[in-house]
Parts: sequence; C-alpha cells; structure tokens
Amino acid sequence: MAQYDVIIIGGGPGGYNAAIRAGQLGLKAAVVEKRVTLGGTCLNVGCMPSKALLHASELYEAATGAEFATLGIDVKPKLNLVQMMKQKAESVTALTKGIEFLFKKNKVEWIKGAGKIAGAGKVEVTAEDGSVSVLEAKNIVIATGSEPSPLPGVAVDQNRIVDSTGALSLPEVPKSLIVIGAGIIGLELGSVWRRLGAEVTVVEFLDRITPGMDAETAKTFQRSLTKQGVQFKLGAKVTGAKAGKSNVSLTVEPVAGGAAETIEAEYVLLAIGRRPFTENLGLDSVGVETDKRGFIPTDHFKTTAPGVWAIGDVILGPMLAHKAEEDAVACIEMIAGKWGHVDYNLVPSVVYTSPEVAWVGKTEEQLKEAGVAYKTGKFPFSANSRAKINHETEGFAKVLADAKTDEILGVHIVGPQAGEMIGEYCVAMAFKAASEDIARVCHPHPTRSEAGRQAAMGVEGWTMQS
Amino acid sequence: MADIMTPALGESVTEATVARWTKKAGDAVRKDEILVELETDKVSLEVAAPADGVLEFIAAEEGATVVPGAVLGRMAEGAAGAKPAPAPAAKKEEPAPAPAPAAAVEAPKAAPVAGAPLAPSAQRIVAENNLDGSAIAGSGKDGRVTKGDAIAALEARANAPAAPAAPSAPREIHEREERVRMTRLRQTIARRLKEAQNNAAMLTTFNEVDMSAVMALRNQYKDSFEKSHGVKLGFMSFFVKAVIHGLKHVPDVNAEIDGTDIIYKNHYDIGVAVGTEKGLIVPVLRDADALSLSGIEKGIGALGKKARDGQLAMDDLQGGTFTISNGGVYGSLMSTPILNAPQSGILGMHKIQERPMAIGGQVVIRPMMYLALSYDHRVVDGQGAVTFLVRVKEAIEDPQRLLLDV
Repeated sequence: MAQYDVIIIGGGPGGYNAAIRAGQLGLKAAVVEKRVTLGGTCLNVGCMPSKALLHASELYEAATGAEFATLGIDVKPKLNLVQMMKQKAESVTALTKGIEFLFKKNKVEWIKGAGKIAGAGKVEVTAEDGSVSVLEAKNIVIATGSEPSPLPGVAVDQNRIVDSTGALSLPEVPKSLIVIGAGIIGLELGSVWRRLGAEVTVVEFLDRITPGMDAETAKTFQRSLTKQGVQFKLGAKVTGAKAGKSNVSLTVEPVAGGAAETIEAEYVLLAIGRRPFTENLGLDSVGVETDKRGFIPTDHFKTTAPGVWAIGDVILGPMLAHKAEEDAVACIEMIAGKWGHVDYNLVPSVVYTSPEVAWVGKTEEQLKEAGVAYKTGKFPFSANSRAKINHETEGFAKVLADAKTDEILGVHIVGPQAGEMIGEYCVAMAFKAASEDIARVCHPHPTRSEAGRQAAMGVEGWTMQS
Repeated sequence: MADIMTPALGESVTEATVARWTKKAGDAVRKDEILVELETDKVSLEVAAPADGVLEFIAAEEGATVVPGAVLGRMAEGAAGAKPAPAPAAKKEEPAPAPAPAAAVEAPKAAPVAGAPLAPSAQRIVAENNLDGSAIAGSGKDGRVTKGDAIAALEARANAPAAPAAPSAPREIHEREERVRMTRLRQTIARRLKEAQNNAAMLTTFNEVDMSAVMALRNQYKDSFEKSHGVKLGFMSFFVKAVIHGLKHVPDVNAEIDGTDIIYKNHYDIGVAVGTEKGLIVPVLRDADALSLSGIEKGIGALGKKARDGQLAMDDLQGGTFTISNGGVYGSLMSTPILNAPQSGILGMHKIQERPMAIGGQVVIRPMMYLALSYDHRVVDGQGAVTFLVRVKEAIEDPQRLLLDV
C-alpha cells in the first residue's frame, strides 16, 4: 500500500494548487480526481470556458454593433458557433494539460478515480472501471469543490433546462433565454448568449441583482445591463418549470405576494448559486460532520478529525477559484509545519461581464452596518482619458477608507477591465495602505488605473481630474 | 512648488536641529539664498533656496529635530517677479530625463528611517510633523508603519506632556542660577567623551621633551620658511611629523578595535583639536604622512579657520586615526586627554616652560614641555605606548631624526 504525506481529493484550483505547493515543499503528494481532466469546475466547466465565450462574444458584439462602426471599421460579421465552441474547448484542453505538466514538474501523482475517506489516514479510490484501491496518507485534504444548487420544481435536464455547465455548450443561440438567479454566473452566461443574439430575461428572488455587491455599484451595473437589453424580473420566485420539446414554461410569482404568471423561453439557465460537494466522501468514517448546508467546518483548514483538512468551496468563505488557491497554499504550508494564513476580507470578486465589476473589502452597506465611520472617493470613467479615447466611459471607481486612519476598507469598480484594476488595491489593502498611499503613487498615463488613483484622492477631497 | 528638504548629514549623523530660519513664511527668496541653518552633532550647515520664489510655509520650526530627507518647508517657485527656475515636473507621457533636484543641497536618496520604508502617507505625516518614523510602532504587514500609526503617534505626542529634557528630574533653579539648554555640539561632546571613557581601557603615560632644538630650528628658518611657503612655521607641524614617525614604529597606536577584531590603518589622518566658541572640535588632516611641514601648517591653518567660521563639512571631521590635543595654548602644564573614540591614542601637548634640567651633571635651563599619551590598553601595550611617546620625544629633541627616519 502506497504511503503519502498528503493525498488531496479533488483536482480543481484548490486541489491542484495544494498538490503543486506540496510538491514544492518536498512532500510526497497525490491528487485523486474522478474527472478525466484536471482543473475541476474552474477549468472544465466554469471560469475558463465562460471567459472564452465572454471574450469571443464581446468581440462579436463589438463587430456587429455600433462599436466597430464608430471606430471606422465596417464589417459584416457572421457567427460561427461551432468554431467559437471549438476554440473554447481547445483553450480548456491546453489549460488542463498545463496542470498535468505542473504535476510532473513537481512530482505530484495524479490518481484517476473517485476518492473517499476510509477511516483515519486511508483513502479509497474507485477507478472508472470499478476497481477499488486503498491509499495511505499522513494527511488528507478535501478539495472536492461545489456543484450548482438545485431548485425544487426546476429539473435540470441539460437539454432545455440547463445549469452553468450546460449553458457553456448550447447547440444553438437561443431566441430566448431565461436566467434564474441574478448572480455572477447567471449574468455572465446571460451576457454571452444575449451578445450572440438571445433575448435574455433574468429572474431573481431578491429585489436586487448580485447580492454581496456594493448596492450603488450593483445599481450602476444593472442599469448598464438593462441598456444592453437584458430584462430583469426582481423579487420574483420561480415555482415551477415545464420543459417542452422546443421551449420551457416557467411559473413565476412575486415574492411580495400576488398572482403567478407563466413566462416562456427556448432555454432556461438555472444559476441560483453553488453548494459544497461533500456527499459520499466518507466523512463519517473519520467523524467529520458537515453543517446544514453541507459545508465542512474547519479551524484554519483543520477538520475535527486529526490529519483531515479541507479547503476551497467545501469550507466557508467566498466560493471562488482564487480563494481556493489561497486556502491551498496556506493549508499545505501548515501541513509542512510552516505558517499559513488567508484573509478572506482580501479575496476580490470579479464579474466578467461588460462592463466588468470588481471589488475587494467591504461594501458601504457592510461598513454602515458595522458602524464604521468611513469616507468615500469616487471617480467616473467618463472623466478618465483612456476610457474616453476608447469610448468606454461607463462606470466608476470607488474607494472607501476609514474616516480616521484613512486605511482603505473597500474598493468597488465597475467598468471595462475592472478585474485587472482591483489587484492593485488587494496589494494595498494587504499592506493596510491608506487611500493617500494610492493617491501619492504615480500611475501610468493614460490608463484606466488613473481612475483608481483619482478615486483615492477623492477620499480626502483632492480629486484633480473631475 | 518645491519641498525644502533636510540634506544628507554625513555618515554617522542621523539628525539635526533646526537652528535658525533666516526667512519667514511668505518671504520672497532668491535662488541659492540661505533659508535655514541646521545644527548637527558636528557641524552647522545651511540649506539654500532651490529656486527663486516665495517661502510658502515652514514645516520644521526652530528647535525641531529633523532627519535627512525630512521636509523643512516648501517653496512656491517663480513668484517675486523672477522667472521660475527650469525645474518642471515630469510631464505626462514624456518622462523627463533628469528632473532637477528639489533643493540646492544634495537630494536625499532614501526614506528618512531605517528598517521598512514608510508608506507614502506616513512619510508625509512624519516629515511634516517631525516625528521619528523609526520610533513609531507599525501595525501594518511585517510591522510597517501605516498612516493610521503615524496619526496615532502624532496624537500621542500632542497629548503627552512635554518630554523632560533629561532622564533625571530637572532640579529647581535658584535665583542666581541660569538654566541653558546644551547645544547639540555640547551634548555630543559630552556623550562621546563619556563613551570613550566607558569603552576603552584608558590610561595615560607621560614624558617631557626639550624644545631647544625645534625652537632653534624654527628661529633660524622662520623668515625664509614664511617667505617660501606663505605660512608661518609653528611647532604643530613638527609634532604631527613626530607623531607619524612614532605611529609607523608602533602601529598599535594607529589601530582601532572593531568588535573582536583590530583594524590596523595604513593611513595617517591626524585629528587636530581646535577650540571654537561653541566647543572643542577635531578636524582631520588627511594623509598627513604625505605632507611636508609647510603642507601641514597650511592644512591646519585652513581647518582652524573653517572651524572658527563654522564652515567645517562632515568630511573634515570624520575618519581620523590619531589625535593631537594642545592644551598648552591655554597654559596647561599637565593633563590626561580623553581618547577620541574609536581611536586608540591621543597625544597631549602642553605649555613650554623653562625649567632647570640636569644635563651632563650641570643644571641647565631648558624650554621644556610635558607630553601625555592617553591610550587604549586593550590595543596598545604599555611598552608600545611608552616607546611611541619616547619616539615622539626624540624626534622633537632631535628633528634630524625625522629627516633620516631613525
């Protein structure tokens, strides 16, 4: 029986980064992955393929819509959905192969099959052909991630009613698409298909979109999406769905009460969130219990069972690939007897729509609720030279800082490339920077990043360019 | 706008006191006009206006302690009818190839404190308020000082009672007493002398020297010497020569202790103590072994003048390998000088006094001087110290030895 220092169950961003770090630190490590490729949801059916389609569809829309014409580029584009899907698949394959390479480079073993804890220090692997083997490990890291949450009454058939995975591979551009859930995933995939020609309606239970996003930012974002043609039905509860041969009828009733209505579309995307994947992992064999929602409680990634750790979407915190990656590094370093720490307040969020939305730290609502006195600096991209030149003036950058110490508490950006801009603030906040620290640092001109600096200046009232 | 910055102060000098502003906020100033005088442990220095303009505000008031790089004040350039100095801020998109220095003095190279550099905001607060950045406890990553920390330090200072000048409680002043704050120079003298006493195993050996020969030589050649070299022939040049003669023979006296090592120096930079109005300072005569008697006289003369005029630069004061102190000019007959740390020897010269000496069975009146060598017994053995002093004595009594190097 093979003996490992650490066996990681799940080869997604949490698992594969844990494995690489373990290899770097000289631990004998293996990853058990039941999928035929590494990379988990993120690479196979999540972040990566969705970004491939977002990028392609954004360019398609730029070419078909007014944008290219404004720039003096007259073209008549034609959508080739097969090629668009093919390039997506090729990129994904290249990325998953890249991880295989990284495993080899760091001497990490990839064990194909479904992993399950079989008592202390034991992992049982069921291979595709049904054969079962048992491995021994000093440490077991659960990194099994998450799956789309189901909604009673809406049965995903991946045909007419799809989840995020299905929505990445629709065989045609729907004439109409209803997205259930105005979260990040729903809005991104809704955007993809709207750009390619679908009429998109987003139905959301809450009376706002993107819960967790700063309210002012969300409002600006929603206005922008509405302008693009996305329709929103907020405060609406989906109670049932009936898939027909070529369409779906959805029963929707107002949350506040009132008459139910039926709406129809060719396709329905269910994207109300994700839930931890913790079933059939043999947790009971080591006495680990999940909470009501299926999350594994941990204390700095340590579960209640000695030698059993958990990272990523299966534990509390934002369910994001980069958060899982941070967990992975900290967890493995702790296993190796080093210091590891993740500050979840500094895990940024990005919505890769157009405009993008990115934020890190606290929202205004959170600060108000916590009774923190804060100051705000805000700068519109309409006053940013690069944005103007590129005809991309939507949105703003907003910096929230402590009223007394000026420490940056939260940053919210809506506008193209917001995701690329937020990293600067992640670093700044990790160093407990004040808004003035950003305001006093030279930024390249002309770039969108200058808007972030001008917003920082605004905290202390010396925004110079608006 | 240009910040007026505290210039680099010298290797071992970490702070300066703002002695005097020659201008008030709002005054028009011309380029290179002196704005403010700073006083350090060793020298006074002046900071000049970087350009024509108006002194906008004074950040460091008189009496404030500043560190290199700290902002002293700020100037608005180009007012007062004068054209602004061509020191444009770097234009966007076109990096200026060589931005003009912010002040006429040497621009500071680094952040004002040791350790982690301050955040830009904290740097501003520290500079504007003369805080000691290195004394602020940092709450940021790896103990870095954040803006919040700097603000807290500022508030703490505002709330704290004025710090006592000395660790002991100040005693009451009686009617016929006067309390005067020690100048920075005096504080430094006090501290360094005490450090030397505490660190070195210091003791003093004595000898006496018959000055007849040197005096005769001097009398014989003083006119032609002055004519040839434009400088008077004094005794000090002979002593410098004699000391170097001795140091070459006993290298221990020209060495210093560094931790558990001894550093022997193959250069002879002789400090010559000079009394000034403010106190005793010791400018250094560089590579004195390579100088002629006239070169030594000229060098000492120049240093003495600079010292009295308060014009000494830090370079003039650092790196001496041995010191000569002449208490004789004030009439001292005998003294035990204190080492100029980290040096290992100091020669005390004294008053020349005619004394009856027994020479060859006869009582003869001779111009005599007592010599004292204080030395660090950790480096220099008694034998070495005495040998050194005898060498000096012999060279003075018989200057031809210097010529022949015997």
